[in-house]
Amino acid sequence: MVQPILEMQGIQKYFPGVHALDDCRFELRAGEVHALVGENGAGKSTLMKILSGIYPRDGGSVRLDGREINVKSTLEAQRLGISIIHQEINLMQDLTVSENIYIGREPTQGILLNGAKQDAQTNALLDSLRLTDIRAGTRVRTLTVAKQQMVEIAKALSFSNTRILIMDEPTAALTESEIEDLFTFIRRLKAQGVGIVYISHRMEELRIIADRVTVMRDGKYVGTRNMADVSMDDIISMMVGRVIYEQPKTKSAVPETAPVVLEVINLRSPAVKGVSFTLKKGEILGLAGLMGAGRTEVARLICGADPMSGGEIIVQGRKMRITSPNDAVRAGIGYLSEDRKRFGLCLGLSVADNVALPNLNAMSSGPVINDRKVAHTAKKYVDRIQIKTPGVHAPTKGLSGGNQQKVVIGKWLERNCDILIFDEPTRGIDVGAKSEIYKLMNDLVRQGKSIIMISSEMPELLRMSDRVVVMCEGVKTGELPIEEATQEKIMTLATQHTGG
Amino acid sequence: MENINRKNNKKLNLQALLAPVALVILYVFFSVFGKNFFDVYTLKTILESSYYVGFMAFGVTFVIISGGIDLSLGSNMMCSALIGCYAFSKWGLPLWTGLLLSVAVGTLFGLLNGVMIAKFKLPPFIATLGTQMVTLGLGSIITNVQTQRFPTIGTANEWFKKAFYRCDLLGIKGFPIGAVYLFAAFFIAIFLLSKTKFGRYALAIGSNEEAARLSGVKTDNWKILIYTVCGLFCAIAGIFYAACYTTVIPGTGNGLEMNGITAVIIGGTSMAGGSGSIIGTMIGVFIMSVLKNGLPSIGLQSQWQTFFTGVVVIGAVLLDQARIRAASRVRKN
Repeated sequence: MVQPILEMQGIQKYFPGVHALDDCRFELRAGEVHALVGENGAGKSTLMKILSGIYPRDGGSVRLDGREINVKSTLEAQRLGISIIHQEINLMQDLTVSENIYIGREPTQGILLNGAKQDAQTNALLDSLRLTDIRAGTRVRTLTVAKQQMVEIAKALSFSNTRILIMDEPTAALTESEIEDLFTFIRRLKAQGVGIVYISHRMEELRIIADRVTVMRDGKYVGTRNMADVSMDDIISMMVGRVIYEQPKTKSAVPETAPVVLEVINLRSPAVKGVSFTLKKGEILGLAGLMGAGRTEVARLICGADPMSGGEIIVQGRKMRITSPNDAVRAGIGYLSEDRKRFGLCLGLSVADNVALPNLNAMSSGPVINDRKVAHTAKKYVDRIQIKTPGVHAPTKGLSGGNQQKVVIGKWLERNCDILIFDEPTRGIDVGAKSEIYKLMNDLVRQGKSIIMISSEMPELLRMSDRVVVMCEGVKTGELPIEEATQEKIMTLATQHTGG
Repeated sequence: MENINRKNNKKLNLQALLAPVALVILYVFFSVFGKNFFDVYTLKTILESSYYVGFMAFGVTFVIISGGIDLSLGSNMMCSALIGCYAFSKWGLPLWTGLLLSVAVGTLFGLLNGVMIAKFKLPPFIATLGTQMVTLGLGSIITNVQTQRFPTIGTANEWFKKAFYRCDLLGIKGFPIGAVYLFAAFFIAIFLLSKTKFGRYALAIGSNEEAARLSGVKTDNWKILIYTVCGLFCAIAGIFYAACYTTVIPGTGNGLEMNGITAVIIGGTSMAGGSGSIIGTMIGVFIMSVLKNGLPSIGLQSQWQTFFTGVVVIGAVLLDQARIRAASRVRKN
C-alpha cells in the first residue's frame, strides 16, 4: 500500500442555505492521476477550492504527508506545493510567457526588474518540462489555446515544490490532437512524482488518463475505484444513481421519402468554403468535425448571425434571402448556441422574458405586452419540457446549464421553428441533464421538427444522428448514413485535408 | 433553491426601499434643521428644479438600461431650446411653431446618436460626446451667441409660462403646472419600460444584445429608437427649462447631462445595462433637488451641493455593489 501524499477526510462546507459538502473524502498518491467526477453541483469544485485555499472549510481534516494543514490562501497552498489550474485560461494575453509565469514575484535587481534572469529561469523551466517550442519571450496571444494551457501548467510548476496539481476541465477548449499533447505531458509529470487531480465531464478521457476515480454526488462522497476495475456505465450510474442515455441509433428513423425541409447550396464566408447539404423532415443531421472546422460558422450563416459571401439557402422548397437573424427566425430556423450565456440567454431577465423574446409580437397588442400571456406561455414550457426553476419570473442566471438550455429550446418551440440548430447542446451540462436533452431532441423530431446537431463528442453524434456530415477546414469532407458511421470513419474525414 | 431565491427577493426589496427612505430622511432633516425649508414655497421650488432634470433622466434611463450612455443630454436640451426661441424671436414664427421646432431638433439629434451607434457601430460614449459638442456649438452658431429670452407673464405670449410653468388652477394661485407634465411623463415612462416591447427590448439589449439579436429582435432599429426617444425627452426638458428660467444662454448646458445621469445612478439603474427602474430615477431626481434646495437652508452654498451629490452617488453605487456581491454569493452556492 502506497502512502498517500494527501488525505482529506470528513470535509464539511456550508454556504448560506446550502450544505455544500457533507463528509467528503479524497486521497491522492504521488505520481497518480486521480479523476474527480460528478454532476454539476456535486461539489467537486468546492472540494478542490478548499484544498487550494480559496474557501475555508467548516469541518474535517486535510493532511499533507500525514501532517494536518490548514490552508488559508492560494499563496499558502502554493508554498505547500498545491497548485490549481482553472477551467478558463487566466493569462494576460499581451504579456510574454515569462512575464506571465513570474507575475507578482519578478526577479529584481534593486528596484529594477531583472528581465534576463526571469527569461533564463523560464526557459530552464520550459526545458525541464520539455516544452521546447515555447520560449520565454513569446507573447501569449500568439500561442494556441493548448500551448497557453501548457504555460498555465508551467506556471503552476514554477513554484519550486509543486507536488499536487489540480486540473479543472483542462480539455474543455482543446482539439483532439492538443488533448493528446496534454496527456503526454501529464504522463511526464506523473513520472516525476506529481499527484494530479483531474476533474472532467468527458468520460472517454478518464479511461485513457486516470488511474483512480472518485465519484461525488450532491455534495457527498460516493466511492473511489481503480479505473481498471470499473466500466464507464458503472461510473455514470454512481454519478447519477440511475441508468441513463437513450439507446444508441443503429438505423435511421427517417423514411427515404421524407421531404427536404432545408437545403444549403455552396455556402460561403471567410471560414466556410462552399458547403452543401440537405436536411429532411424529422431528421437529426449530425455535423461533425474538429474545433475550427467551420461547423459553428455554417450554423451562424444559416441563422443569419453572420453575413454570407455566397450560396443559397432553400427552406421548404423556397429560396430565402437570409441577411439577419430576424429573417432566419421568420423562415422558421432557430439557433441554440454552444455558448448559451453569450448568445442564447439574457441572463438577467426572467425565464418568462427569455421565452418571450422572439415571440413578443404574438404576445402584444400593438406595442403593449400582454404579461399574462407571457407568463402563461413560460409556464407551458416549464411543465412540458420540465424546466426546473423557482418560478417563471426567476432570473435565468440562477438556473443550471441544462435548465438554461431548456429555456432556449422553449423560446424556439414557442416561435414554432421547424428547423432547430443545436450547437454543442450538451457542453458543460451534467450527465443527468444530458439524457433529458437527448430525449427532448428525439421527441422533437418525432413531432416532425428537423434538427442539425453540431457536436464534438463522437459518442453523442453516433447516438443521436440519422446522418452525419463531416467538415474539415471549412469544407465538407464527407457524409455518412448512421448505418455506416463509425468513430474511425468520422475521424478520418475530419482530419482529411482537401486543400480547398 | 426556492428558499434562497425568496431570501434574495427580500434583499432586493430592501434595496428598492433604500432610495425612497433616503429621500424622506433628507427632507425631514432639512425641515428640522433648515431655515424656511419646510413650507409650500420650498416644496414648489424643489418640484420646479426637478422638471428639466427629470425629463432628461427619464430619457437616459432607457439608454442606460440598454447598455449605452448619452452625454449629449444637456447641450442637446439647450440647443433645441435656443433654436426654438430664435425661430420665434428672430424669424418671427409663432411661439408654438418654435416649440415644435425645438422638439424636432432634440429628436433629430437623438436619432443621429442612434444611427451612429447602431448602424455605424460607434461606441455610445464617443458618438454622444461628439453630439454634445456639435449641439453646444450649433446653439451658439444659430443664435449668434445671443442670449435667448422666452416670453414672460404680461407679454403677448404669456400662455407659454401659464402652460408650462405656473398658472391659476383649481383656485390655487401659482399652481406648479409643470409637475403635471412631469408626473405624466413619469407614468408614461413606467408604462413604456414595464409594459411595452420598447422597454422589454431595451432590457434585453442591455442584458445581452447578441442573444436578443439572435432571437430575431431587430436590435439596431430598437437602439435607434431608444436614442431617439431620449432626444425627444431632452427637447421636452428644454421647453421646461425655458419655462422655469426664461433665459437660455448659448454655450451652456454641457455638464447638465451629468445631473440626469446622476439621478439615474442614484435610482439604482445598472450602468452595465439590463436592469433599472423609472421610479428609482424619479427618486434620484428628487434627492438631487432636495439637496440643491436644502443645503442653502442650513447655510451651505452651491459648492456643497456638488460635494454632497458626489457623496450620494458614490454611496448609492457602493450599496448597490454590496447587494450584488451578497446576491451572487448566495447564488454561487
